Amino acid sequence: MERYKELRRLVNDPFLLFLVTLMFALLALFIVYPLVRVLTTSLFYRGEFNPKYFLQFFQRRYLIKPFLNSLTVGALVSLIGTTIGFVFAYAVTRTDIPGKSLFKVIATFPIISPPFLIALAAILLLGNHGLITEFLRTRFGIDWDIYGLPGLVLTETLAYFPLAFMTLEGVLSGIDPALEESALDLGASRLRTFFKVTLPLATPGIASALLLVFIRSLEDFGNPIVIQGHYPVLTTQAYLAVTGMYNLPLAATLSVILLVPTLLAFVLQRYWVSRRSYVTVTGRPTPSSLKATSPGLKWGLFTVLCVLSGVILLFYGLVFYGSLTRMWGLDNTLTLENFRYVFSTGLDYLLDTLKIAGMATPIGGILAVVIAYLVTRKRFPGRGLMDFLSMLNFAIPGTIVGIGYILAFHKPPLQLTGTAAIIALVFIFRRMPVGIREAVAMLQQVDPAIEEAAVDLGAGFSRAFRRVVLPLISPAFISGMVYIFVRCVTAISAVVFVVSAQWQLITVALLHEVDNADLSQAAAYGVVIIVVVLSVILLLDNVLGKLILRRWQRAR
Amino acid sequence: MPVEVRLENLTKVFHSHRESVVAVDHLDLEVEKGELVTLLGPSGCGKTTTLRLVGGFEIPTEGEVYLGGKRVTHLPPQRRDTATVFQSYGLFPHMTVFENVAFGLKLRHLPRDEVRRRVREALKLVNLEGLERRYPRELSGGQQQRVALCRALVIEPKVLLFDEPLSNLDAKLRVETREQIRKLQKELEITSLYVTHDQAEAMAISDRIAVMHEGKLQQIGPPYEIYSHPANRFVADFIGRANFLSAKVRGVRDGQLEIELLEGVRLEVPAVAGLREGDEVVAVVRPEAVDVLPEGEGDVVATVTFAHYTGSLATYKLALPGGETLEVEVLSPQEKGFLSEGTRVGVRFHRQSIHLLKE
Repeated sequence: MERYKELRRLVNDPFLLFLVTLMFALLALFIVYPLVRVLTTSLFYRGEFNPKYFLQFFQRRYLIKPFLNSLTVGALVSLIGTTIGFVFAYAVTRTDIPGKSLFKVIATFPIISPPFLIALAAILLLGNHGLITEFLRTRFGIDWDIYGLPGLVLTETLAYFPLAFMTLEGVLSGIDPALEESALDLGASRLRTFFKVTLPLATPGIASALLLVFIRSLEDFGNPIVIQGHYPVLTTQAYLAVTGMYNLPLAATLSVILLVPTLLAFVLQRYWVSRRSYVTVTGRPTPSSLKATSPGLKWGLFTVLCVLSGVILLFYGLVFYGSLTRMWGLDNTLTLENFRYVFSTGLDYLLDTLKIAGMATPIGGILAVVIAYLVTRKRFPGRGLMDFLSMLNFAIPGTIVGIGYILAFHKPPLQLTGTAAIIALVFIFRRMPVGIREAVAMLQQVDPAIEEAAVDLGAGFSRAFRRVVLPLISPAFISGMVYIFVRCVTAISAVVFVVSAQWQLITVALLHEVDNADLSQAAAYGVVIIVVVLSVILLLDNVLGKLILRRWQRAR
Repeated sequence: MPVEVRLENLTKVFHSHRESVVAVDHLDLEVEKGELVTLLGPSGCGKTTTLRLVGGFEIPTEGEVYLGGKRVTHLPPQRRDTATVFQSYGLFPHMTVFENVAFGLKLRHLPRDEVRRRVREALKLVNLEGLERRYPRELSGGQQQRVALCRALVIEPKVLLFDEPLSNLDAKLRVETREQIRKLQKELEITSLYVTHDQAEAMAISDRIAVMHEGKLQQIGPPYEIYSHPANRFVADFIGRANFLSAKVRGVRDGQLEIELLEGVRLEVPAVAGLREGDEVVAVVRPEAVDVLPEGEGDVVATVTFAHYTGSLATYKLALPGGETLEVEVLSPQEKGFLSEGTRVGVRFHRQSIHLLKE
């Protein structure tokens, strides 16, 4: 009955009806359909139901080994990364160490740069021709390099601990300092306070961080493809199944196998751990307790943070230095030749990337705010489903999305492979969830009476949205677009499947150079990517942002 | 007077994961043209939901909404000739006062000069001239409230809806503003539906009050009638303060009832239709409908157990011989002398003010 009334109301508002229909059509076509294609391809062989690769799962090394490897790396990275993240978060929220904001900035480097730059730096240092590797070999005759499990754990830990740090920083700063202070006040020692009060309160946050980092590690493609050596993981095996063996059913099967632990961890994080949070968000920042940490611990933490930040800076510095050398490891004389190459032969990659990002960014930004608005503010049949579908790609590894897109769009009537559109679509529907979340968070700050007033005074849905809602959530709109753009320039795991001879991406060019063992050239691409990302963030956030926000901020 | 708003069998059920809540329960209500009707009740009684059903912000589960004789039950807000003054004002934070007020007019495609003229006039009406270029954040709470009122008035709606419009103002401003709203509403003869939980506000502003409880209409009538002849115990208790004393009808004769109160106190009170000799009833005794006299005078003897002095008023709790407590209010206590706890007094009930409820 209620459904029927909602439907009837929808019909009375044609523009809303149009939007809801359009969004569902887009979500079905570009999120659900590719996933369905992956599933069916993994289950059918030559038109018949035959899940042969699933059936072989325990017998074939090429199926079980990458699975176990992925889990091993994921578990190690999750444990070490969360520990480091906790140390960072604890130091930043519970002590008065100097340089907190610098530490925070350094910790965001791996988030805004292509994650596999860390793998590249690790190779510059510890790879075949790495600085340390060469040193060990010539001085001590030790033949050792970083490829394989140690390399994966090192690079992914550095790449993903910031995620744990940010999660835990939020959790720790949300714990009322009065709790720790009363424990101390009642006579508990600092150690006891930590183990009996701080840690238990932070447990849901820690579990959440563990799971998030675990997911990221499982999904990671860029680092493994650079540094895995003879230690294959699921994402890279699926990629090889497509590009090396042209075996799409095998690739689909591998990606479905990857989906199982990822989705499990996601569901656990989203619906179980996050519900157990003790932290209540009041919106009023309370100064954290500084008394709970002894001076010795404080300076100990400071040292750890300095060392870790030093490693991150060293890694990025190495990429920069490497980009200026002629041939890393063989001829380390300085040259600008690599950059000349990027802006001549490699210029197409850069321009293609910018064109595609230029398409995906505004479309993704608009779709994100529209969907966010529909699911938070409108009632229509299927609202919960729209919310779920729009978030789905966030929980799904890029590898599956990429394979899904080739399977879904490689033949008429929807032949998109080889076009710029397919790459842009991957970006739009994969990165939209972050924009949606930001817009939802912002909409929740906007009093519903404001829009109701607009409608009440006679504005239809579209006018109320353009004149009132959009200006009010423009900060989320802009940051959603910044995020999509940054990911267009840095992402690799899904789009590596849909790039073509006509349309290439700069990240893919970087991987090719790593493949060719031209690390200096790869580093030059890396530097260009970082420069593009930083300038776009500064440009959008400062220039465009301020322009749009001026009026809005005065209104605040 | 013709009926402007008609609610027929209006029902709204909200469904959440586990339970269904009946917010409005088969409500029938009519508001005449130019009349101000207040929906009054405690929080959660369904008054705001009713208002939102009229405004078009909610769709009823059952029943119909008519505006000016036209059925609008399923029309969205922008196609209804209503304008709402929201509790939180709902001012557009990114627009100036002028732009806020002009918003609805511009949507009606009026010429620019006309828009400007009407905005000016409307702002003058609520004493906001000169603030056209301010943003909502740059105004005081009272000014914001008047912008919200002005924005709703300027489009000349058939019906004005007020959703607790004064709840964000301080006590003194609340009284001033409600007088201003009432004055404007009478001058412009705008049909209004007004939601509040503040009974003093409702009494002061309304032509008629509709008291709601648990989604149901309890009583509707002019403020005087609601206070002096409450339909049931809930209305009596919610509007003002009341003592409930059990009583028995002892006799009926020409327009008067004889009742026995508190075992042995016999009073003649105005007749209530349908009551017969022997009926058990509840007498509603307002705190001010009692005289406190020296011991030995009046209807019954009592002891002061609690005394509270607030300046213009003294509030006492009196213990009656049968153990009941009677709350009384005495005006100008400084003239009559403030009584201390433990004092024995006489009590006299005002016969004309006693209202009987069948239970």
